[in-house]
Amino acid sequence: MSDQGSSHQRDGSFYQRDRDWHPPAFFPAYKTSVLRSPRQALLSLGNTLSEMTGPVFGHDMLGPLDNDLIRNYAKTGDPIGQRIIVSGRVLDEDARPLPGVLVEFWQANAGGRYRHKKESYLAAIDPNFGGCGRTITDAEGRYTFRTIKPGAYPWPNGVNDWRPAHIHFSLFGHAFAQRLITQMYFEGDPMIWQCPIVRSIPDDKAIERLVAALDRESCLPMDALAYKFDIVLRGRRSTLFENRKEGN
Amino acid sequence: MVQSLDRLKESPSQTAGPYVHIGCTPNWVGITGVWDEDLGSVLVTPETKGERIVVTGRVIDGSGNPLKDALLEIWQADAAGFHNSPAERRGKADPAFKGWGRQPTDGTTGVYRFETIKPGPVPFPDGRPMAPHITFWIVARGINVGLHTRLYFGDEEAANAADPLLARIENRARVATLIAPRTLVEGVPTYTFDIHLQGDRETVFLDI
Repeated sequence: MSDQGSSHQRDGSFYQRDRDWHPPAFFPAYKTSVLRSPRQALLSLGNTLSEMTGPVFGHDMLGPLDNDLIRNYAKTGDPIGQRIIVSGRVLDEDARPLPGVLVEFWQANAGGRYRHKKESYLAAIDPNFGGCGRTITDAEGRYTFRTIKPGAYPWPNGVNDWRPAHIHFSLFGHAFAQRLITQMYFEGDPMIWQCPIVRSIPDDKAIERLVAALDRESCLPMDALAYKFDIVLRGRRSTLFENRKEGN
Repeated sequence: MVQSLDRLKESPSQTAGPYVHIGCTPNWVGITGVWDEDLGSVLVTPETKGERIVVTGRVIDGSGNPLKDALLEIWQADAAGFHNSPAERRGKADPAFKGWGRQPTDGTTGVYRFETIKPGPVPFPDGRPMAPHITFWIVARGINVGLHTRLYFGDEEAANAADPLLARIENRARVATLIAPRTLVEGVPTYTFDIHLQGDRETVFLDI
């Protein structure tokens, strides 16, 4: 049996997503959204089994280096850049830890260059850095990975737009309705507040939720800085069971 | 004052960006050797029960151009209508069918393609059967919150006519945006499902 189903007592429908907290589909300052944003109202639907269920991802599918971006692509030595550890918890909106969540992450290298044939930034490719990793949250919803701090980079949106240093996160929780992709930014980076993609989020408090704190207690002496980044997925209602009528 | 509910807020979504494939399908963009196989690339094995089908199509932007950098995920019931999920309480799904798939659109043509099986019906919360369908989730550069929608099957006219979700669509002309016509391609039943992000044929997207 999976490590998610038995320990997690709630498998009812999900709380409604707060669309005023998420970025709107149409946000002209992020130019690509102009032609890629639905203009009709979304069709609201109470969750059905199609949304309340989701596949299981087990620790058994992971390789030993899947959450180590310093080593998982290295060919001739370690990648260049500042060594960091990113860790945190995945919770739901009721602050319950979510075990068994597939967390995938990807990023540019220390120079701000992605390993992608369509990437046109002048910064150098790092032969020892692939830029992708994954892990699965443990029984307490915890995850951790080791990587190189990504660099800022320019992008063809405005004439002179730059993205702040960031790591992309994809989260697969316990149901298809919980699916989320987001980005993590780094405490103290002045470029966060200049970025049109960041500014697509309407509420500054929501933006702050994507800024990871430098976690001095977790830094490894003479080795790596550490950042703490907690992620919240949608909460859900409980299902009443005959043997648990008192609730959860 | 009353007690605080103390709920947290969902982490805000951000675009998957142009390089979502680095993280979600690294082998597909040539980042090989990190792990053997991209997740979600195979839905069916010889043991999977059900009718083999292909689901293919494009994601089309407001100017009529297909997205060449999109990532799609699907989730569906097995041939008997069970989901391969711990939250499935009605019965045991076919263990040879994951029910979940992930595919990029082609970098040149913009076409995506899933090899899967035709799902069985799944009940609506009130017990009525929903018509067979596949749940879709689409992310890409320029999409700020991943888009949910559903594919229904063009050869299921009677079931579609009784489907509780399709019945909710007031503008009946838009129902067709969720229905994929069936053709035979080299003998394989093939459903073509183009997803229009904007315009006269904008697909019905769901707030679930």
